[in-house]
Amino acid sequence: MQRASTMTAAGLVFRRDLTLAWRRWDEVAQPLIFYVVVTTLFPLATTPDLSQLRVISGGVVWVAALLASLLALESLFRSDVEDGTMEQWVLSGQPLGWLLLAKVASHWVLTGLPLVVMAPVVGTALGLPFDAWGTLVASLLLGTATLSVLGGIGAALTVGVRRGSVLLSLLVLPLAMPLLIFGSRAVGMAMDGDSPAGPLQLLAAIFFLTLSLGPLAMSAAIRISVES
Amino acid sequence: MWLWIHKFGSPPHAYRLLGKLAPWFGWSALALILLATWWGLVEAPRDYQQGDAFRILYVHAPSAWMSMFIYVVMAVAAGIGLIWRIKLAHAAAAACAPIGASFTFLALATGSIWGKPMWGTWWVWDARLTSELILLFLYLGYMALRSSFDDPQRADRASAVLAIVGVINVPIIHYSVEWWTTLHQPASVTKLDKPSIAIEMLYPLFIMIIGFQLYFGWAISRRLRGEILRRERNAKWLQEAA
Amino acid sequence: MDLQEFFRMGGYAGYVWTAYGLTAFVLLLNWLAARRCESQEQENARRRSRAE
Repeated sequence: MQRASTMTAAGLVFRRDLTLAWRRWDEVAQPLIFYVVVTTLFPLATTPDLSQLRVISGGVVWVAALLASLLALESLFRSDVEDGTMEQWVLSGQPLGWLLLAKVASHWVLTGLPLVVMAPVVGTALGLPFDAWGTLVASLLLGTATLSVLGGIGAALTVGVRRGSVLLSLLVLPLAMPLLIFGSRAVGMAMDGDSPAGPLQLLAAIFFLTLSLGPLAMSAAIRISVES
Repeated sequence: MWLWIHKFGSPPHAYRLLGKLAPWFGWSALALILLATWWGLVEAPRDYQQGDAFRILYVHAPSAWMSMFIYVVMAVAAGIGLIWRIKLAHAAAAACAPIGASFTFLALATGSIWGKPMWGTWWVWDARLTSELILLFLYLGYMALRSSFDDPQRADRASAVLAIVGVINVPIIHYSVEWWTTLHQPASVTKLDKPSIAIEMLYPLFIMIIGFQLYFGWAISRRLRGEILRRERNAKWLQEAA
Repeated sequence: MDLQEFFRMGGYAGYVWTAYGLTAFVLLLNWLAARRCESQEQENARRRSRAE
């Protein structure tokens, strides 16, 4: 049998995950609902005054997106490791990093992207002005994508651990703090009328760095988890 | 060089060597720490602005230094263990974690205590303290990951990957926190830096750092010997020697 | 400076002594823990060889 090219294999993985998720619609919706619920907590906990909420709106949207993404990441590799698919991938001879990246990409499309789309809506509810929408979406696009890769590393390390979700968050959140700093600051600057180019460029740099080194760490982590 | 590493990587050899080194580390550490303490508390002149409170520098700064130094050592050891599959290196990384976390906690606590008389609050989100806090989270995450596996090999290798990912992130985290504080820092707030002062006031600082380093060497030697005994319990050399 | 002044630390006594005390405490704990790590394993090894 002819060995498929890496791109074909990765593409198949990507499509298969999307198809599987399509059948489990509610699982995809849950992080999104969590996201909206968490953002609702902040006005309830502080004040309904939009002018006060506006000050922290960028930060709140970002934190909620972080938490919602992390919640969904725990199960990223679980089912594939449990049913032996992952072992097949490790043995397949295809570069494992690409296959894992395809999985992360499909996961991002299903969880990260909806969060980004929802963000202006949720932000406006917190007083975020329309002018900042573009920066909010741009920063979250980069941020959630980076987080998916970082979370993928964490998920690969913690496959099969009891209550792995909490451990995963504990491991990934400190690494995600720079993203949070630059992302929410970009939104803040856009709200003040300054150019957010600086932090957005830093976010992009972190994204590309993570994209290049992330799959390496992920495949190392998966091998460790599967071979033990 | 490689021969030396492989020789040192052999557990019985390392066990004996560390046993011989430990007392040297231990006693010199004690001597230097006491010397630095006395020098810092008694001999060094009072600071013009901060009075005697600045003496906290002599325990705060060395703790912060050690917290970062040990993290790097831990990551390097973990990396060596991962790449060359040397179990001793993994054991060394494991031994580093609690010591490093202790120093991080100490840096945070002494930094906080120092902050109260200086700025009036027990906590301040300045670059140094915030970075130390995040470093503490990294240490705790490392230790949590290690303890969540029963299989020691998986624990070693998974935590090694985490340590390496962490150490690559540390510069990014540092830079982002620096950036974050410069945006909001009012000009009146002074940084928890070494006061710009005469070199004589820094001598106790250097001596304390060396003292802490030797202390770290002692603690690692003892812990590593314990780890070796535990990991090698079924090995012949141990059964013959015991 | 005399002993009285030394302990007062220019009014910052509480802060300075707490900081140094905490440092001593942490170093002490690590000293005990490291020692115990080694001695406990040595005891285990001895016990194992005796059992054979």
